[in-house]
Amino acid sequence: MNIQGMELFAIGVVVILFVAVLKQFGILEPMSLEDSSDSDLELSTVRHQPEGLDQLQAQTKFTKKELQSLYRGFKNECPSGLVDEDTFKNIYSQFFPQGDATTYAHFLFNAFDLDRNGSIRFEDFVIGLSVLLRGTVTEKLNWAFNLYDINKDGYITKEEMLLIMKSIYDMMGRYTYPSLRDEAPSEHVEKFFQKMDRNRDGVVTIEEFIETCQKDENIMSSMQLFENVI
Amino acid sequence: MAAGVATWLPFARAAAVGWLPLAKQNMPKPPVDKKTRSDEMLFVNVSGLRFQTWKNTLDRYPDTLLGSSEKEFFYNEDTQEYFFDRDPEMFRHILNFYRTGKLHYPRHECIQAFDEELAFFGIVPEIIGDCCMEEYRDRKKENQERLAEDTEAEMATDTPLPPNSTSRERLWRAFENPHTSTMALVFYYVTGFFIAVSVIANIVETVPCRPPKGSKKDLPCGEKYSLAFFCMDTACVLIFTFEYLMRLFAAPSRCKFMRSVMSVIDVVAIMPYYIGLVMPENEDVSGAFVTLRVFRVFRIFKFSRHSQGLRILGYTLKSCASELGFLLFSLTMAIIIFATVMFYAEKGTKGTNFTSIPAAFWYTIVTMTTLGYGDMVPNTIAGKIFGSICSLSGVLVIALPVPVIVSNFSRIYHQNQRADKMRAQQKVRLARIRLAKKGTTNAFLQYKEDGGLQICDGDSTAVCLKNRSSFEHQHHHLLHCLEKTTNHEFTDEMTYSEMCMTESVGYRTSRSTSLSSQQGVSTSCCPRRAKRRAIRLANSTVSVSRGSVQELDTLQVQKSSAGPQSRSSLNARTEELKLNCEDRDFTAAIISIPTPPANTPDESLPSSPAIPGILRNSRSSTYTHETVKISSL
Repeated sequence: MNIQGMELFAIGVVVILFVAVLKQFGILEPMSLEDSSDSDLELSTVRHQPEGLDQLQAQTKFTKKELQSLYRGFKNECPSGLVDEDTFKNIYSQFFPQGDATTYAHFLFNAFDLDRNGSIRFEDFVIGLSVLLRGTVTEKLNWAFNLYDINKDGYITKEEMLLIMKSIYDMMGRYTYPSLRDEAPSEHVEKFFQKMDRNRDGVVTIEEFIETCQKDENIMSSMQLFENVI
Repeated sequence: MAAGVATWLPFARAAAVGWLPLAKQNMPKPPVDKKTRSDEMLFVNVSGLRFQTWKNTLDRYPDTLLGSSEKEFFYNEDTQEYFFDRDPEMFRHILNFYRTGKLHYPRHECIQAFDEELAFFGIVPEIIGDCCMEEYRDRKKENQERLAEDTEAEMATDTPLPPNSTSRERLWRAFENPHTSTMALVFYYVTGFFIAVSVIANIVETVPCRPPKGSKKDLPCGEKYSLAFFCMDTACVLIFTFEYLMRLFAAPSRCKFMRSVMSVIDVVAIMPYYIGLVMPENEDVSGAFVTLRVFRVFRIFKFSRHSQGLRILGYTLKSCASELGFLLFSLTMAIIIFATVMFYAEKGTKGTNFTSIPAAFWYTIVTMTTLGYGDMVPNTIAGKIFGSICSLSGVLVIALPVPVIVSNFSRIYHQNQRADKMRAQQKVRLARIRLAKKGTTNAFLQYKEDGGLQICDGDSTAVCLKNRSSFEHQHHHLLHCLEKTTNHEFTDEMTYSEMCMTESVGYRTSRSTSLSSQQGVSTSCCPRRAKRRAIRLANSTVSVSRGSVQELDTLQVQKSSAGPQSRSSLNARTEELKLNCEDRDFTAAIISIPTPPANTPDESLPSSPAIPGILRNSRSSTYTHETVKISSL
């Protein structure tokens, strides 16, 4: 048979259509991969339950009613019981609309996330709050040191402090009076180190920190400032 | 800030401890919170359905009713709860807003009811969550369109003309709404008839008639009876021209009118005739003239003024322009593709019809629309295969936009139906409102007639009270206060019109106190006539009513003033006068009859205030400045 060009083309088209129709019927499945079905299953998000009320009461200095109130608010905002870093950054940024609070929120998140698993549970949340609001001055200072010590190695280096300082100044945003100079964070860090670093070894240890703060009247008096937040 | 953020604020404040060791300056004092911090539960009772929630939940949105101190107004001390007399079903959604921070729109609820609830509770509709926002917006737009249509329909067509419209406005109104006056209706039908005649004549003149004697060939009727057809055509064109010119004259905005579709159709319909008149009987040109005759068929579009269905079809096509465009575009693409393929497939065949790609267009179109004339058929196998694919795809491509067009048409059609129904309903509603108003006024007048305005005491209380609700009592008292304030009295329509009559009559009598019944019947009611008479009698400044007061009997309507006496007595007297007042569209007329200064009959008092039916400043000295007002309830 003398098949000419157009006819060949026509037959090709017919064959393609035939195959397409068969595929529709599911009879012919030449190249479908087997793992496609598994990806359809979407696991529901993990839900976290906090420890019992009594245990939390033992661990923190909040009353039962306060814990209940705190948990209600927490659960309302985070029904899954966990706060991940992005959500945390979002929430914290809303309080500082003029500047960029994400970096500081990152440090704060790490300060709250005690077991470093990437999400804050209610226990972390409430334990942190308990220290900040009901703890002794030493505990608060410890908490602050922990915040500044980014790699949690027990020493605050100048670089760490600079990062922290920069993130705090970032929260101010651009429109400040007097306008922010670029050297402001590093100057602030220098002053801090001059005050805190007793032995001039370039790092601040926890003892130096606590000792210096206890000697500073302003810092000690201001520690009582946030007692009645809840 | 959103509600959730408020929950985290204490946490953010606590975290500020981290700044304390770094602070350059002293920290400010924190605000003292006097309120007790403990969470308390609130009870909200909405029409019997009790809701409980934490106080904190409601405090999340302090600019709403429930979040602010405004809710204290609704606090019920006895039951220690907040009571709202609103829809409990709707309240559920509102409370959920506080709880979850998202406002949802319940689809089964009426959009207006929902809006009202939101307005009451001080919640802005813009915060409806994304899940429900689209539905809400659609429903709201639909509702607004409906309302706008209704007000438009109400105001547009059937409102009576303002009395001072020029003839031009009246003419325009007659053209736009033929059912408003008989003349317009007649004209409407006449033009319709002539359109039909013209179209039929166009059709019939091409039918072959029997040839005249001596000729074998069949002649079209148009040439056989050319004179008759010419006369008919002339008559139609004359009518159409006249109509067009009248419309042009009456149109409020001539430019806009000339640009409107109907006017263009009108022009196109009559132009060929005039051009034909002007053109010479030249062989070359008459070919073009024949083409022009085609345009005469556009007269059929003039029917769209007469038929609403046609207009709806036009609107539909206009509104479906995008779908039609899509259809056209996809069809064109498919035609070109298939025509090319078919041409190359059939190229080898001897004596084939597919001489070129444009020639193949015809085949493709006929096949895709499943017409299949059969004047062009493929012979090769490839051609047949592609031909069959072509026809199958044709069905699909054409079927796709059709449902959209159909649904558009259906929507517009139903909207139109609804508009008509609305109009009918409006009439009924207005009539009912008028009746209710009349009822109220009549009740008040009845009340006055029964002497209810006097202070009823003792045994006459039973008669005085007469089954009136406390609302009515207070309402009547209010109306009575108004009477006293303005020193005029309410009366009803009939009495008022009678007053007009006698007023015009009374003018004539001037000094004489007798009412002569030979005063012609004034055919129109007060204002205009009164004006004219007022002008005429500018010089006669006698108070007519005083004369009438002296002479006529007094009917006790109101003991206190003598004014009503004249009115009611005039009632008695004017019975023989034929009342031919024009139908005024006031529901109840307030006639002003201030107490005439009966104690001091003074000829020099120019304007008698006791002229019935005319509310005027008693200090006005002449009638020439027409402060004639009829105020109606």
